[in-house]
Amino acid sequence: MSSRQWVLSSVRYADAPGNPWFSWQYLRDNSDTVLSALVEHVTLTTQAVAFAAMVGLPLAVLAYWFRPLTGPILALSGVLYTIPSLALLAFVAPLVGTTRPASVLIALVLYALLLIVRNTLAGLNQLPAEVLDAARGMGYGRFARLFRVDLPLAIPAILTGLRLATVSTVALVTVGSLIGYGGLGDLILGGFRNNFYKAEILVGTVLCVALGLLLDLLLAGAGRLLTPWTRGARG
Amino acid sequence: MNAINQAILWLNDPLNWTNPGGILDRLGEHLWISFAAVLIGCLVAWPIGLWLGHTGRGGGVVVLISNVTLAIPTVALLTILPLTPLGFGQPPVILALAVFAVPPLLANAYTGVRQVDPEARDAARGMGLSGRQLLTRVELPLAVPYLATGFRTASVQVVATAALASFVNGGGLGQIISAGFGLGMSVGGGQILAGALLVALLALGIEGLLAMLERALTPRPLRRPRRSRNRRRPVTV
Repeated sequence: MSSRQWVLSSVRYADAPGNPWFSWQYLRDNSDTVLSALVEHVTLTTQAVAFAAMVGLPLAVLAYWFRPLTGPILALSGVLYTIPSLALLAFVAPLVGTTRPASVLIALVLYALLLIVRNTLAGLNQLPAEVLDAARGMGYGRFARLFRVDLPLAIPAILTGLRLATVSTVALVTVGSLIGYGGLGDLILGGFRNNFYKAEILVGTVLCVALGLLLDLLLAGAGRLLTPWTRGARG
Repeated sequence: MNAINQAILWLNDPLNWTNPGGILDRLGEHLWISFAAVLIGCLVAWPIGLWLGHTGRGGGVVVLISNVTLAIPTVALLTILPLTPLGFGQPPVILALAVFAVPPLLANAYTGVRQVDPEARDAARGMGLSGRQLLTRVELPLAVPYLATGFRTASVQVVATAALASFVNGGGLGQIISAGFGLGMSVGGGQILAGALLVALLALGIEGLLAMLERALTPRPLRRPRRSRNRRRPVTV
């Protein structure tokens, strides 16, 4: 199997012009670099989305409980979302320091925040009134209702927000390459600076898109497992 | 605090504004690139979106395009396009940004036509309007608020993303930030902050301006109550 692959690749490599879009040679020679870039990308993405969820979910619940807060919370995260990613990174980097990935992480979290807050809030606000009345009638207090009724029913909306946030964060991580913590973005821009090394650029790009779609699928699968009632009544 | 003082100092220097490659030059580049990208996006996305909405097909395609585009890093597209036969310079940068303008324009055009009251559609048909007339005289005007929302989302997104063009020397205000990072934090820190301030202010300014325009241009009966903030970006998936 591997020998056939080797023959194939060597033929390709011989036929190809000096700078092909794809080469096994590059992948074999640089597997360590590619792998560490991928690991950095996954780490930054999961950390950013996790932090954004930890901050965003309570914010959305606050806005849900206290209506007057809805406007300010949505407006603030909306303004953060309007600020260009590069500018946000440039704001954070001089204050936090450019030698730590924390700068990239903070910018990413601020970006993912809006998507999570907005979708969670939309999900919470669309709960059917009868269900809430029933929960109140059964004697649920504010917190018990939140954890046993409100949040579980809002899971589809929350997951939509998480999926959007995850996919866009995967794409955004690449911007961190400007200060050297860009995960796969370092490969993309590295190839660009390295005399337009096409194989390096393409590997970074393809892995980036594949990672985004994979994480999206994982979250979608988790959503199916968490919300069995949306799959239609069976039996 | 040191970086902030430096930033004020940098912005206060008139030469930084008027030099070749200074703020005014970069601002012009930024606006031109963004304008061209949004224009191309509109020319491509609106006809397709309106047509798909009119025929009622392709909802899945619209969602798919939005999702896949979200997953493509801007940086990758900006890097790859110059290596294709397009060559270097502004055309690949404009094209890359146009790609990111398409999803909101497309999704909103599609939704705009789909949400038209079926009774209005039936009435128009009953009056003897042909398919084309129905689209241009009934569905299109009723979709204007959605088209405007999509235009605003796309424009702001493109203006914000255009800052990344600096990664491939594509010009624009992002170039100031990149140059600052190139100088290193101790020397360029002020310039980085100043550039960030300019880019952020431009994006927020465009957002405000287009919000006012959107309100002024939407026919009075179609103006929605102030809810539009929640639907600036259509939620897909």
